[in-house]
Amino acid sequence: MRSPRSGTALLAALIAPAMLLTACSSDSEEPDGERTVTVYSGRSESLVGPIIDQFEEASGITVKVRYANSIEMAAQLLEEGDRTPAQVFLSQEAGALGALRDADMLTSLPDDITGAVESAYNASDDSWVALTGRARVILYDSEELSADEVPTDVHDLTDPKWKGRVGIAPTNASFQSFLTAMRVLEGDEAAEEWLNAMIANDAEIFTGNSAILEAVNTGALDIGLLNHYYWVIAANEAGGPESMRAQLQFGEPGTVSALVNVTGAGILNGAEDSEEAQEFVEFLVSEQAQEYFVEETGEYSLLPDATSPANVPTLEELQGPELDYSELADLEGTVALLQKVGLI
Amino acid sequence: MFTGTITAGIGALPLVYLIVRLVEADGSNVTDALLRERTLTLVLTSLALSVLVAIGCLLLGIPIAWALVRVKLPARGLWSVLAALPLAIPSYVTAFTWLSTWPGLNGFWPLVAVMVFACTPYVTLPVAAAFRLADRRGVDVARTLGRGPASAFRAAMLPQIAPAALAGALLAALYTLSDFGSPSLMRVQTLTWAVYAAYEGGLNRTLAAATAAVLVVLALLLVIAERLVRSRARRGISPAAQLVRPPQISTLGARIAAITGMLVVAVLGLGIPAFALTRRGLESRAAEIDWHRLAESTGTTLGLSLGGAALAVALGLPIAALAARYRSKATAVLESVSYLGNGMPGLIVGLSLVFFTLNVIPALYQTALALSLAYAVIFLPKAIGSARSAIAQVPPALEDVSRSLGRGPGRTWATVTARLSAPGIAAGGLLVAVTAMKELPATLMLLPIGSNTLATELWGHTTMSAYAAAAPYAIALVLVASIPAYFLSRAEHNGSRD
Repeated sequence: MRSPRSGTALLAALIAPAMLLTACSSDSEEPDGERTVTVYSGRSESLVGPIIDQFEEASGITVKVRYANSIEMAAQLLEEGDRTPAQVFLSQEAGALGALRDADMLTSLPDDITGAVESAYNASDDSWVALTGRARVILYDSEELSADEVPTDVHDLTDPKWKGRVGIAPTNASFQSFLTAMRVLEGDEAAEEWLNAMIANDAEIFTGNSAILEAVNTGALDIGLLNHYYWVIAANEAGGPESMRAQLQFGEPGTVSALVNVTGAGILNGAEDSEEAQEFVEFLVSEQAQEYFVEETGEYSLLPDATSPANVPTLEELQGPELDYSELADLEGTVALLQKVGLI
Repeated sequence: MFTGTITAGIGALPLVYLIVRLVEADGSNVTDALLRERTLTLVLTSLALSVLVAIGCLLLGIPIAWALVRVKLPARGLWSVLAALPLAIPSYVTAFTWLSTWPGLNGFWPLVAVMVFACTPYVTLPVAAAFRLADRRGVDVARTLGRGPASAFRAAMLPQIAPAALAGALLAALYTLSDFGSPSLMRVQTLTWAVYAAYEGGLNRTLAAATAAVLVVLALLLVIAERLVRSRARRGISPAAQLVRPPQISTLGARIAAITGMLVVAVLGLGIPAFALTRRGLESRAAEIDWHRLAESTGTTLGLSLGGAALAVALGLPIAALAARYRSKATAVLESVSYLGNGMPGLIVGLSLVFFTLNVIPALYQTALALSLAYAVIFLPKAIGSARSAIAQVPPALEDVSRSLGRGPGRTWATVTARLSAPGIAAGGLLVAVTAMKELPATLMLLPIGSNTLATELWGHTTMSAYAAAAPYAIALVLVASIPAYFLSRAEHNGSRD
């Protein structure tokens, strides 16, 4: 061989790791008798990782988790179809679970799982179980506005005095659930009217809750619509609610402004008979797991008589609107409406 | 030609996937989805954005490359690394840190600026290499014939670096076209944004695929436009048979100007992100750093990205060699097709690889090898572009000499062409490695279950606004990426010694 030039040496250095990769990609076989469950999580590891660790410890079952955004994960699951390695899907919101149910990919859950949480929040056909609730809130910049200046009704945000000062995230699943609820509670026309009025009032368009929180908390935006727990988590990181420039205004009880969105879990068809998958989902609705969500992620537990997260009103005080949660599955109608008014 | 076809086929996987999806879909839904007034607005926004970013990268990248090569700089290696490093920072991190530094900075023009700073190295690196290999005699002749420095540069130097500059600008434009994170943070609605929106809104795969198909057409237009401009630029220029290198410029004025310019670029493209992330990290209640995890994800990142780079080089070489030497319609089509994956949103590329692996090699699904292959597919154009420019600069006369001395085509290729172009080929591989390190959508879908890369860790923390926890991973990503960035500057440096 010729004495290697630096360029060729570099090429060799590039190829070596590929060889290594090939060599080590086949060592994933499990030792006999190990109990495992494969989970696709649309919720991030910082939120659910610790409770999964607790489950592993309590059950002796190894959980293999893939993390991504709920919608991308649902798209991947639809693409994988019955070849999916996933046994359980944890979703950030009901819409992605609904899409998998519509594609006939979810198996019915037994009563001892669905019966654990308040039945109002679950899928009506038991294809998935609700795990936690998050309240829709009106977030405001406390250096610009005082609490009594901030509306408690989203309809008031169409007032000209809020022109160009309100942020929404029309592509965000939680916003879409909220809009679906408005359609269910107030009718399609009212929802369309509200959207058009918001557009006419120069509503600022964001992609997600984090971006809205960031904008309000840095003073770039006066008011934003999002889920409460983003604020709770950011407040924990910042060292408490008083360290936050952004503050929460909860909606008028009993109206769509006080809606509670849910996260949920479903078991995929291929894992119908998997005890591990069932045990895992059962654990997520256990008191231990639900307490974790309340304390660590600031979400509402959906168990009857559960305590509420700190620094926010209880579910009873919030008094979400009377609503059949399976009606929130009509995402298509909502998306059609958003397309019609030109928001997506 | 055969191997080239295979490579192009692999590069075209996302396209095949789109066609399958569209054929399966109801035809009227597809047309309904496309024939919206909104589609036109999205097309115009995306096109304007990509073209402006490409122009911005040329305006910034060419002078930086010139300064790196022609001006005598203190700590020259450092400047080369700094010039390459923005590639290591996911553009959404740049966008986020700008926004957190200047709240309210959003909209079309700030987005153009973010993308220009994120993408300039695509132009700087190949152009610096081209400057090194360029023949100076033309400029001298032009000067003796009475032309001014600028005019002489335009007439005699620009045509020599133009192919490299255009190839880089094309990469910048395609990256911009496919980017989702920065447009969504800066709140500009582009075609890629619309593809994601279609998924988010009830997983509408038809609308998403139809929108992505429009994106493919745009990407193709950009590839063709670049090809047209490049073929005009190259006309009448033959590669230098013998390189004449003038001494570097060492006047104080030139040095100060060069350093100031590069410093401004480094501060905006690197300093702001680094500063903002560190500040966020320190400001918050200090998050515990999980060193073991940090080390593990760093290792995974390195292994996967280098594996992807090696595969991309291996797959890209046949096409690069064909494109550099044989200018036929067929090679043009092959090369163009292999570029398309680069212009598509990661979500579509990721899904297409899920589709491909499960249907063709299910045993490889979600293995490190499959993900490396995915990186190779996505970043193939980077390997091709760099290798093609390097091979094109090897004078064909040298190959002829070798052949006339009795060496066969294979040996000639190995001993002359490959050896002389090795730095350029390696640079392409390093470019793939440095960008693969920050790739996200395909990584999330195809990563072996239970593994993490620095990019997925960064994503996991930033989606929850946990910037303190994200900061160590962001910093590690920049540090790790500075290794290939360092070699990139070395590879290019060594090229000049031959």
